[in-house]
Amino acid sequence: MANPKPEELARIEYKPPKTGWMDTPAEIRKGMFCHAGKSKSLEYVGLPNPRQWTVMEEDWKLPENWQEIFIEGLRERVNKFRSFRLFLDICVRCGACADKCHFYIGGGDPKNMPVLRAELLRSVYRKYCTTSGKIMGKIAGARELTVDVLKEIWYYAYQCTECRRCSLFCPYGIDTAEITILARELLNLLGLNIDWIAGPVANCYRTGNHLGLQPHTIKDTFDMFADDLETFTGIRVNPTFNRKGAEILVVVPSGDFFADPGTYTTMGELLLFHELGLDYTWSTYASEGGDFGFFTSNEMAKRLHSKIYAEAKRLKVKWILGGECGHMWRVWHQYHNTWFGPMDFLEEPVSPITGTKFENAKSNKTVHICEFTSDLIKNGKLNLDKSRNDDLVVTFHDSCNTSRGMGFLEEPRYIINNVCNKFYEMPPNTIREQTFCCGSGSGLNASENMEIRLRGGLPRANAVKHVVQKYGVNMLSCICAIDRAALTASVDYWVPGTRVTGVHEMVGNALVMKGEKKRTTNLRGDPLPGMEGE
Amino acid sequence: MGLIFSFFTVVALGVIVFIGVKAADMRYLFGVIIPYAAFFAFLIGIIYRILQWARVPVPFRIPTTAGQGKSFPWIKQNTIDNPFTSIGVIIRMTLEVLLFRSLFRNTRAELRDGPKLSYGSTKWLWLGGLAFHYAFLIILIRHLRFFLEPVPLPIEIVEALDGFFQVGAPVLYITNLIFLGAVTFLFLRRVVIPQVRYISLAADYFPLFLIGAIGVTGVLMRYFLKTDVVGIKELTMGLITFSPVIPQTIGTIFYIHLFLVSALFAYFPMSKLMHMAGVFLSPTRNLANNNRAVMHVNPWNYPVKAHTYDEYEDEFRNVMKEAGLPVEKE
Ligand code: HEM
Ligand code: SF4
Ligand code: SF4
Repeated sequence: MANPKPEELARIEYKPPKTGWMDTPAEIRKGMFCHAGKSKSLEYVGLPNPRQWTVMEEDWKLPENWQEIFIEGLRERVNKFRSFRLFLDICVRCGACADKCHFYIGGGDPKNMPVLRAELLRSVYRKYCTTSGKIMGKIAGARELTVDVLKEIWYYAYQCTECRRCSLFCPYGIDTAEITILARELLNLLGLNIDWIAGPVANCYRTGNHLGLQPHTIKDTFDMFADDLETFTGIRVNPTFNRKGAEILVVVPSGDFFADPGTYTTMGELLLFHELGLDYTWSTYASEGGDFGFFTSNEMAKRLHSKIYAEAKRLKVKWILGGECGHMWRVWHQYHNTWFGPMDFLEEPVSPITGTKFENAKSNKTVHICEFTSDLIKNGKLNLDKSRNDDLVVTFHDSCNTSRGMGFLEEPRYIINNVCNKFYEMPPNTIREQTFCCGSGSGLNASENMEIRLRGGLPRANAVKHVVQKYGVNMLSCICAIDRAALTASVDYWVPGTRVTGVHEMVGNALVMKGEKKRTTNLRGDPLPGMEGE
Repeated sequence: MGLIFSFFTVVALGVIVFIGVKAADMRYLFGVIIPYAAFFAFLIGIIYRILQWARVPVPFRIPTTAGQGKSFPWIKQNTIDNPFTSIGVIIRMTLEVLLFRSLFRNTRAELRDGPKLSYGSTKWLWLGGLAFHYAFLIILIRHLRFFLEPVPLPIEIVEALDGFFQVGAPVLYITNLIFLGAVTFLFLRRVVIPQVRYISLAADYFPLFLIGAIGVTGVLMRYFLKTDVVGIKELTMGLITFSPVIPQTIGTIFYIHLFLVSALFAYFPMSKLMHMAGVFLSPTRNLANNNRAVMHVNPWNYPVKAHTYDEYEDEFRNVMKEAGLPVEKE
């Protein structure tokens, strides 16, 4: 399906319809949703109610007692998550969150205002879990859970990227992502997952990574990286896999093994580790830092990531180093320690190169690669030639999760400023904690929902366009594998000509290595500035 | 629909008292029984709701971080918007509750041709909200004069400051103006801004009308339909000392005012007004962002079924060996 031209897509109507939202059934439209999860994916991990069903068909083949399952699930969860119950209870509908969501800004559908997205489920909660809703019904904002209501909840739960931008502005910190997360959990009780999530989850359970790369394929991939790197630098890197006794276990999002431009980030990391002589290992079993289980249910998320610690224990490493990825780090930072702690089989992480103790990670024992690298640079351990990135005019996209779930703002900027000469920020209301989502987070980076992805990508892409026009920016850097894939599509559409890179790709380019040959190309094989003729 | 329903509900509340007091002389009901009942409903209701929330665990530590987190000593942390310690959290919460810090961030997205998006700062809701709540608070404090004998000095001071711009007698309190202005503003933005109108429920209009009506009856009583203040104080002191009396000199307008306040009190625990208590419990605001340094315990954390390494190796042993990857079992 061809997408409309950018000018057409950007003609956005923000005026809500005449009829009230409860009386305006959701129109499920192609381009806005992802295909239904396949039954074999659900079966593989034992998720409930697996079946073949199709979104556009009238009958979703729901189990007989679907209403009961959903409502029981809802009752259970409002008693397990204070966040959920509180956020369902205290919204004053002030509307401060309304125009903070990239999907509302780029699409104008009122049900994409975070407050209304939450009301879709809140109205059901009122009906079945509160006295006033039970008695007063619609006038109390309550409504019956019908098949159409269920479909509406589904449709909009998969038009939220769980970016938490809304929660930043809400006077009570109501986090619509939290509501979406639990709505998806409830939908999963009925087997209503999407293929783009269910598939990777099943893959990840079996092979250790979302892409389903088997151990020998991972090894082959790295051999190819090593070949390319040898061509570019004259140095042969020798990564090890599943090696017992290594000091550090490295885990990155598997997208960086497979898809450009993420692969260049992995190559940059390989060069860095080699140059440092780091005693580290990759794992083919724990070969995924990201967690699409997180977009399914809390339990599924935990099931997928158990392997990381099991592997760290088996290989007897001291601590874990994590790659560049957004939602991966939300999970690592805000959930791992609670799920898997205490990690007493690991040691408090210390950089073997600088001796720096990573105090902020002393309990969880996982360090972000940008923390690791910025500490190296600060301590003068890297020989960096910024001019090798002189063909790049760089801006930086903060990932939602690292900014609003960690506050990881300065570390990547410090690295960028040390590996390239031309760095320009996008407008203040679009970066750091106020950053806009790439538009495709939380498992929505499929191809069949391209229209909603492009719409959701508009605020970010528009800010990129601003710096492209103002400073001639040509490279959008980020620290997330999904960003690298999603932003590529989004800027191609909205700001053609702009490319996307990981931060460690630029590190790899700038890194002057011992015994390297005179570099003439960057990690993409493109000539370095001044080397075009050679 | 919500708007009209709420409006007429509040009008009906007023009419009920008017008839009740004027025609049926049910002063004891409206002056004593209902206020007592409402007050206890308020108290018990609020405690019940808070306990209901407090009973539910906080399984994960999920603060929304709004600034640089704690990192290396050479990276400046934003200790307020991204607190690492409890002290930081207390400061963050204090600013949140007293100054509506999050709302202060508010922006307004605008789309122009190009397309060109911009996000200007907008402080109106913040200002209106703050004015409304503080005026409400001060009015509440001033009302304590009806329940305390002698009137404590701090209350006298608040009154004196509030009535600083004396316009004739009785003293015109600025808070009364601000309060009515702010309620009007909050109501108008609700009906004028299409998006806010679209999301508004009866539960949003009703408290505004009710609170507005309380304000209007209060002002009417004070400035226009003079009521017997001495008699009112007799009644309120009677209530608070549990020896209720009903002076016959008090006008009907007072009973309307009192009944609306009772309605607000009774309605409070089951409404969105509970945000007053809820804001303190919000897990995206009241937790420190120190997850990797301090383990947060989930009381219902349970073991899950995972795909073990052995299962993995069993499936892939051959290809692993062929690729030269180490295996546990040959
Ligand atoms: C700790 C105490 C409280 C805090 C921090 C707080 C905070 C807020 C905030 C930030 C808003 C949103 C902005 C706005 O719409 O004005 C709001 C709305 C509101 N608050 Fe409060 N509040 C508190 C207590 C109360 C109390 C005691 C009442 C009244 C009985 C109240 C009544 C309202 C009403 C009616 C609204 C909605 C205004 C509208 O419809 O737009 N609040 N509150
Ligand atoms: S900002 Fe918060 S309180 Fe206001 S409408 Fe949105 S979720 Fe509700
Ligand atoms: S979490 Fe992000 S995508 Fe979801 S409603 Fe909030 S702003 Fe929109």
